[in-house]
Amino acid sequence: METLHLVAPGDVITTDTGFMRGHGTYHSDDGKLVASVAGVVQRINRLISVRPLQSRYAGEVGDVVVGRIVEVQQKRWKVDTFSRLESVLLLSSINLPGGVLRRRSAQDELMMRTYFTEGDLISAEVQQVFSDGSLSLHTRSLKYGKLKKGCLITVPPSLVKRCKNHFHNMLCGASVIIGNNGYVWISSMEVDQEDQILLNPRDEPDTTREKDIAITREERETIARLRNCIQALVARKLTLFDTSIQYTFDASRGYEVKELLREDVMQEITEPARNID
Amino acid sequence: MIKAGVLKNANGSAYIEFGDNKIMCGVYGPRDVHPKHMANSSTGILRCRYHMVPYSVSERKNPAPSRREIEISKVIKEALEPAVMLERFPRTAVDVFIEVLQADGGSRCAALDAASVALADAGIPMRDMVSACAAGKVADTVVLDVNNEEDQAGQADMPIGYMPNLEKVTLLQLDGIMSPKEYKECIETGIKGCKIVYEIQKKALNERYFGDDHK
Repeated sequence: METLHLVAPGDVITTDTGFMRGHGTYHSDDGKLVASVAGVVQRINRLISVRPLQSRYAGEVGDVVVGRIVEVQQKRWKVDTFSRLESVLLLSSINLPGGVLRRRSAQDELMMRTYFTEGDLISAEVQQVFSDGSLSLHTRSLKYGKLKKGCLITVPPSLVKRCKNHFHNMLCGASVIIGNNGYVWISSMEVDQEDQILLNPRDEPDTTREKDIAITREERETIARLRNCIQALVARKLTLFDTSIQYTFDASRGYEVKELLREDVMQEITEPARNID
Repeated sequence: MIKAGVLKNANGSAYIEFGDNKIMCGVYGPRDVHPKHMANSSTGILRCRYHMVPYSVSERKNPAPSRREIEISKVIKEALEPAVMLERFPRTAVDVFIEVLQADGGSRCAALDAASVALADAGIPMRDMVSACAAGKVADTVVLDVNNEEDQAGQADMPIGYMPNLEKVTLLQLDGIMSPKEYKECIETGIKGCKIVYEIQKKALNERYFGDDHK
C-alpha cells in the first residue's frame, strides 16, 4: 500500500527541476515545485500533480451533464452545472418541439419560458468550452431534454467515471443518468419513454397534453433504494458507474431502504463494488 | 483545535477553537458574481464577511455590522488576497463568510486561520496558507496571543498574518504603544506563533483527508 503524500497549499513538493508541473501545482520564484491546493501528490513518470480534496466541475467537450436552469435571458438560458461559471444553453442549441429544423424566430424567443423555465432540470451535452472556462451546452438529441418525475442526487464530480454511455437503464427498472458534473438523476423507466413533447401540426409546444403518469410505490422504493446506494458509494469514496451502482443495489436487497444510510450497512453493501475497477 | 469540512452546504469550511474563541468559517467559490458589474474580467474577486453573533460577547452585540466588523472584514480580505490565485478564474468570486460564535480576544487572527483552512478545503488554488497569531505587550513584557482581559489591561496588541512557506507577512496591525526594540521582538514572537498555528492547520487538513478516506 503506497503511502499517501499529503500537502497543504504552499508546501514544497520537490526542488528537482526535472519534473513537469501538473494540476494543483505551480513554480515558485526560485524554481521549486510548490503545491497550490490541499490534497494528495500524484507522480506519473516526470509529471507531478496534486489531486485536491474537493473541486468544482471542469467541463470537457462531449461530457453529459445534468443541470438546473437558473436564468432565462434573451436567446439563451443560464444553467447551473456546479462549475465555476454558470453554463449557457443557447436557444439555437435546443430541440424545438415537433422535432422541426428551422431558424429560431422572434416568436420562439418570446416563448422561451414555455420550453425551459427557472428551476427546471435538464440533461445536456457540452458543445464547447470558452476561454474563461464556462461551458456551452446543447440538447440536440432526443435523449437530452427536460427531466421529470425522478430524484436528483449531487455527488463530487471527481467520483464520476468517464464512460461512453451515461444513460443507464438499470435491471431493477429505473433509469439513471450520471452527469459528469456530479449531478445524478434517477427516475422510473416508463417516464422516460413518455417524456418527449408530442408532435403538433401547428408547431407549438403541446404542454397541455402531458399525461399525469402515476408512479407506483414499488418504483418509488426502487428510486429511493438507488439513491441511498449512490449515497453509500459516495461516503466510501468509490467511483460511480453503472456496474458499481448495480452491485451495490444487489447487495442492498437484504435491507430496508431506510437502513441503507447506516454506517455499518453502507460499509457492507459497498464491498462488492470496491473490488471492481 | 481546527476541524475542516464541517458545513455541508459550503464548498469549503472550517471550525476553529483558539483559546476561548469559537469561530466558524464557510467558503463558496469560485462562482458567478451577482451583481454583474462587480465582476472583474481579468481576475476573480475575493469577498469577505466577518460577523459576530449577538451572544459571542458578554454584553449582547447588535447584529448589524459595526465599524469594527467592517474593518476586520476588509483586513482579512486583504490578508487572503496575496495567497489566493485569483487570476486563474476571471469573472468569478470567492466568498468567505466568518461567524464568530464566541469571542475572547484575538478573534481576527483565529478567523484568518479558519478562513485559510476553509479555502484549502474548498480546493481553491493558493500560493501558500495564511497563518495568523497576535503578539502583544502586557505589563511591559512581550507576550503571545493576548486574550480579552489581557487586551483590556495591556499596553499593545499586534495581530500578524504570515505566509509560512513564502515567509511573507500579509496582515500587520498594531494597537498600542511600544518602543522600536519591543516592536521587533513582538514581530519575531508573533511569527513564531504563526508557525505553530501552521502546523495545526496542516493537521486539520490531514485529518480531513484521512478521516473521510476509509480505503
